[in-house]
Amino acid sequence: MINLEFFLEILFPSLLEGFIMTMKLICWSIPIGLVIGIIIAIGRVYGNVLVSFFSKAYIIFFRGTPLLILLFILYYGFPSIGIYLSPFVAAVIGFVLCSSSYHAEYIRGAIQSVRSGQILAAQALGMSKLSAVLNIVLPQALRRAIPGCSNEIIYLIKYSSLAFMVTCIELTGAGKIVASRYFTYTEVFLVIGAIYLMIVSLATKLLNVLEERASFPGWENKK
Amino acid sequence: MKGPEGMKQKKELILQIKDIHKSFGGKEVLRGISFDVYKGETKVIIGPSGMGKSTLLRCINQLTFPDQGTIWLRDQEVTHHNLREINLFRQKIGMVFQDFNLFDHLDAVRNVEIALIKVKGMGKKEARKKAMHELKKVGLGKQASLYPAQLSGGQKQRVSIARALAMDPEVMLFDEPTSALDPELIGEVLGVMQKLAREGMTMVVITHEMGFARSVADEIIFLEKGKLLESGPPEILFYQPKYERTRRFLFKLTELYGDLNGKK
Amino acid sequence: MVQVMENFIAVYQALPFLLQGIITTLGLVLSALFLGFIIGVPLSVGQVFGSSWTKKFIGIYIWFFRGLPILVLLFLFYYGLFNMIGLNLSAFVAAALVLGLRSSAYQAQIFRGSIQSLGQGQLLAAQSLGMSKGKAIWNIVLPQALRMSIPGWSNEYPAMLTESAVTYAIGVMEVLTRGNFIASRTYRPMPIYLTCAIIFLILSYSGMKILHILEEKVRIPGFEE
Repeated sequence: MINLEFFLEILFPSLLEGFIMTMKLICWSIPIGLVIGIIIAIGRVYGNVLVSFFSKAYIIFFRGTPLLILLFILYYGFPSIGIYLSPFVAAVIGFVLCSSSYHAEYIRGAIQSVRSGQILAAQALGMSKLSAVLNIVLPQALRRAIPGCSNEIIYLIKYSSLAFMVTCIELTGAGKIVASRYFTYTEVFLVIGAIYLMIVSLATKLLNVLEERASFPGWENKK
Repeated sequence: MKGPEGMKQKKELILQIKDIHKSFGGKEVLRGISFDVYKGETKVIIGPSGMGKSTLLRCINQLTFPDQGTIWLRDQEVTHHNLREINLFRQKIGMVFQDFNLFDHLDAVRNVEIALIKVKGMGKKEARKKAMHELKKVGLGKQASLYPAQLSGGQKQRVSIARALAMDPEVMLFDEPTSALDPELIGEVLGVMQKLAREGMTMVVITHEMGFARSVADEIIFLEKGKLLESGPPEILFYQPKYERTRRFLFKLTELYGDLNGKK
Repeated sequence: MVQVMENFIAVYQALPFLLQGIITTLGLVLSALFLGFIIGVPLSVGQVFGSSWTKKFIGIYIWFFRGLPILVLLFLFYYGLFNMIGLNLSAFVAAALVLGLRSSAYQAQIFRGSIQSLGQGQLLAAQSLGMSKGKAIWNIVLPQALRMSIPGWSNEYPAMLTESAVTYAIGVMEVLTRGNFIASRTYRPMPIYLTCAIIFLILSYSGMKILHILEEKVRIPGFEE
């Protein structure tokens, strides 16, 4: 089956390349997805009728559509209307659209759980509504949204593997190529599985630390 | 509507409420309210619940817009302005809410200083100094770095008073400041408010605390069914009210809250 | 305009083939949810009431099936493990199995949360009436915990729907696979894929509606959050 030679000379280099690609995908998609999610959530809660409607539609569409279809539309579908995206870019756009809609939902829930009287008080002091939202509501809402958004970040790390389906060779894709060439599916994917488990565990730990650092006394108290 | 004008002739007019009307969902809660507030005066508004008292206060700092009528701060009209100008007016009008509405994610001193920094553009050091000064004035200097969740109701309300005072307002509005407090905590907040009145702050207070009203108010306004039914200094309104309804309301209040001396 | 018309015709012609995929998709989702349920409930009971070894073992199971991407699980099991132990399953059955095992890990978490939020009191009361632990769990704790878990299910269902599309990777003839098939034949990827997206949206939305009605029907009076 496999021996150390196989592992070192064939598997390891390919997996390393795939791993780096996975890291690139994650490092681009997570921050952008989060930022867009925040913007959409603010639009959904505080925007005028048009903005709110658009945000709601955005969330419904991108949450209800499987990520894979999104990726296919971006990579295989767009060329037919003249837009050519590289596998990497298509993957990142797909991940961003999908994760931002989930983030938006979590953040929306968090915003609405912040005691509404605080906005009144901020306005009574002379703050504009925008200032009140940025300085009073968001700091609290973002902290409350950390558990949900952390969840979504972990999901993103896992569904980064779907980039392979649009020919972006990340960790899973690299593994499949090696495995199908040498017929060593079980071994290869056990290794890949172990790698993902490590990444996910590490990320979970980091996010837990973040959650603890960000808490202030009394933040679990809701309306 | 007579105040003790004979004695204090050169009084400045701080607030003018002129013919305020407001309806919610077809129901008219304010039906033509008018009164004046002079500098250093404490006006106390009493009346049955749900009759628009809070709404009136919120019209004064434009958190709610009246359907009709105008509000004047000194010689400037507060109503009918764009949002940016309204924000400027709000800096001169302080408001204390029944539910405190402290900013949960900031400790006490940062609650007081945040508007100084974000609205008035003060530097951080200056704002911190002023905030600590205001907190000490309400007796909470030691609690500066505690968060709202760690404070008692009375302490929370005192922080919110400090927060409003830090903006150096011309007039302070109090919307039932002690109604959400446990009985033993009411005293500490009323004490702060009495001190404020003694120091000459212009105040408009909605409250059921009759003992406080009697000792501090320059004029009491009775609001019923959206109309200003009666008003006058405490000695007259409490003991010789003009209307039967006023007397009945005061009687009910004293049953619940103790007699006019604040005793039960 | 001719283009648009041609697109519509292509979609129209493709519909029967696509809609057949719905049966496959729903079959996958429902069997996965069902499998996940009958495995997940005992797992959650084990996590809350079991010995420390049981808890450790279940913990590892959950960590494994939650931590791995669905694609990796599918490849690992379908191309790897199943072949290794000589199990010759069709892509559909294999996919349903894998999705089911995965769902069981998530559902175990949901049920565990509900059971724990019920608190010790219910169990103690039942036992003091003479019920054995097993009977108490079956008759008192579970009925309440299961009802409280329905909102959590409303996250599982759309997640399962999304994951059913990933089974495209091992050749299951569900909606997306069929869509891909047609798109490559007719060279009209956009309208076809958009139609697939709409189909999934409809499946997602109607499923949520049904769950909502279910939640209303079994709601225990007075338990509104």
